[in-house]
Amino acid sequence: MAASPPNSMTVREPWLDPSAEPYIRIEQVTKCFGEFVAVSDVSLNIYRSELFCLLGGSGCGKTTLLRMLAGFEEPSSGKIFIDGIDMSGIPPYERPVNMMFQSYALFPHMTVEQNVGFGLKMEGKAKSEIADRVAAMLKLVSMTQYGKRKPHQLSGGQRQRVALARALIKQPKLLLLDEPLGALDKKLREQTQFELVNLQEKLGVTFVVVTHDQEEAMTLASRIGVMDHGRIVQVGTPKEIYEFPNSKYVAEFIGSVNLFEGQLIEDKADHVRISCSELDQPVYVAHGISAAPQARLWVAIRPEKIHLSLEKPAQHENWTRGIVKEIAYMGDLSVFLVLLASGKTVRVTRPNMWRHEHEQMTWEQEVFLHWHDSSPVVIGA
Amino acid sequence: MSEPSSAQLTTSRRLRSGARGRMAVVAVPYLWLLLFFLIPFLIVLKISFSTTQLSMPPYQPLVQWTGEQLNQLRLNINPGNFLYLWQDGLYAQAFLNSIKVAAIATFITLLIGYPMAYAIARSSIKWRGVLMMMVILPFWTSFLLRVYAWIGILKNNGLLNNLLLWLGVIDEPLVILQTNFAVYLGIVYSYLPFMIMPLYATLEKMDLTLLEAANDLGCRPLRTFLTITVPLSMPGIVAGCMLVFIPAVGEFVIPSLLGPPDSLMIGKVLWTEFFNNRDWPVASAVAIALLLLLVIPIVLFQRAQARAAESE
Repeated sequence: MAASPPNSMTVREPWLDPSAEPYIRIEQVTKCFGEFVAVSDVSLNIYRSELFCLLGGSGCGKTTLLRMLAGFEEPSSGKIFIDGIDMSGIPPYERPVNMMFQSYALFPHMTVEQNVGFGLKMEGKAKSEIADRVAAMLKLVSMTQYGKRKPHQLSGGQRQRVALARALIKQPKLLLLDEPLGALDKKLREQTQFELVNLQEKLGVTFVVVTHDQEEAMTLASRIGVMDHGRIVQVGTPKEIYEFPNSKYVAEFIGSVNLFEGQLIEDKADHVRISCSELDQPVYVAHGISAAPQARLWVAIRPEKIHLSLEKPAQHENWTRGIVKEIAYMGDLSVFLVLLASGKTVRVTRPNMWRHEHEQMTWEQEVFLHWHDSSPVVIGA
Repeated sequence: MSEPSSAQLTTSRRLRSGARGRMAVVAVPYLWLLLFFLIPFLIVLKISFSTTQLSMPPYQPLVQWTGEQLNQLRLNINPGNFLYLWQDGLYAQAFLNSIKVAAIATFITLLIGYPMAYAIARSSIKWRGVLMMMVILPFWTSFLLRVYAWIGILKNNGLLNNLLLWLGVIDEPLVILQTNFAVYLGIVYSYLPFMIMPLYATLEKMDLTLLEAANDLGCRPLRTFLTITVPLSMPGIVAGCMLVFIPAVGEFVIPSLLGPPDSLMIGKVLWTEFFNNRDWPVASAVAIALLLLLVIPIVLFQRAQARAAESE
């Protein structure tokens, strides 16, 4: 069951290996409900033991895609393969797939043990085997002492564990999780995120998680598929999605970002310059991009990659000045909203590394903003 | 504790007047039950222990003064009516027969009502109201009239026989009226809405993701119905069966209008004792016995259910 560390190292990034066989293949899947296109021409490969997150706002089609994997919906066109087998026309009760529902969907008239053992009972397993495997599963999710309780006697976090145990007990090839932590409060959610990742690594089961919470996706996922209007707009590791968003939508959806519209004025192999009307001087980007000359582009800079200072920075490029309009103290960091001369408000975050950090920086003060030439990301319009 | 502030006083006064308002609201149904159920029940109980006599009213009073003094007070408590019920096999037979008829009719009503309630609960929201309206629609007409209408349909030269003769399915009219079949038909027809309503209420509330969860765990649709849907709709099944079974046991109109003349139903026996024999004490004893034999098992059943719900 548990893969040895060296082995798991070799499969850490199977999507980079062109010879790797994808475990789940979604090929040009479209799903329409009447006139409404919920999922539009999605193709996606998910590899064995991956923890893949489908991330997007409500109505982006992520849940519909998940329900098609589970078999609750049939694609209007396209095919889904799980472990090489075409899933078309295979009903949910015959798929090697289990799902953890957003509402948990625990059977209210059954005890925790009966809920967890339900899948095995349906397989016609012997009573003693069911009892053993239920006990082992409850131990795995630390719910052993609650076996005789009914779902309504459990807290939200406990129900979540029971739902997870119930979905895992059949050792599915693929576990689908629909907003698995959505019903938990913030503290419990953070703790459970890590437990979920550990469990997934221990069991080696392939997880597909649907979430609207980008922080959750970042913590859990080996890769994230960002969805918008039924399409997958970007697939990548959390770092790739955050540091190299391929569109304005992804840049704005994941974390916060400052976007400046601009025009390409210097296009070299190792750097480009982009002139932005909202900044006094062109932005220097220390890498080449592929874009038409004079193209309209967006420059995206994350708030934590912009530095504030009271004195003019030493560098000649990639700086501007503005007036502090708002300061929000968040504890671990502070958020500054700085108004530029062009009227653009820039969001900057600074970690509070010392107790009396930036006490000298206050409202209505003139400050300098600067950033490293590797920080900006250029996005096509 | 310090003196309560004026704000606290107004709050408590408001709460007290609220409590009074609640009392008034609760008191109305209790008063109603007291006036129209408990007092008549006590009167019937009193009559059931009295002795019949030819007079108006046709029974002796329980307490009688034979003279002027208090020691001449005479109690006429007569438990003989109940003994008579016990000794004469007719009553036990009528009672058992009523329970049998009511139980079978309730079961048939459940078999017909469950799929109907299920279909309505799973239909689209804009249809549900219309369909439930159609279930309740017969209540617009008097119950008695609807049972009479069945005579017109079922009798030898009635609508049903004429239709079947015209279609050539049968050569001579079927005898349906004044059979036990007609009694079952009448009970099922009349009480079907009482079965559908509580079933619909529980089925409509049911979380459909539970069915998906069962499917997802390898449970086929029929088994999902039996292991998830039926147990979760048990409150509706119990309520619907009670609403049909209890009135069906004491049913008088349907067996006397649609059933065979010699059908032995406790409701008919009660009617005969009261109106034909004018034996009010025995009729009252039948009513009391019927009530006890129905109410005690139901109360025990409900207490067992409440205890099961508590232990959960």
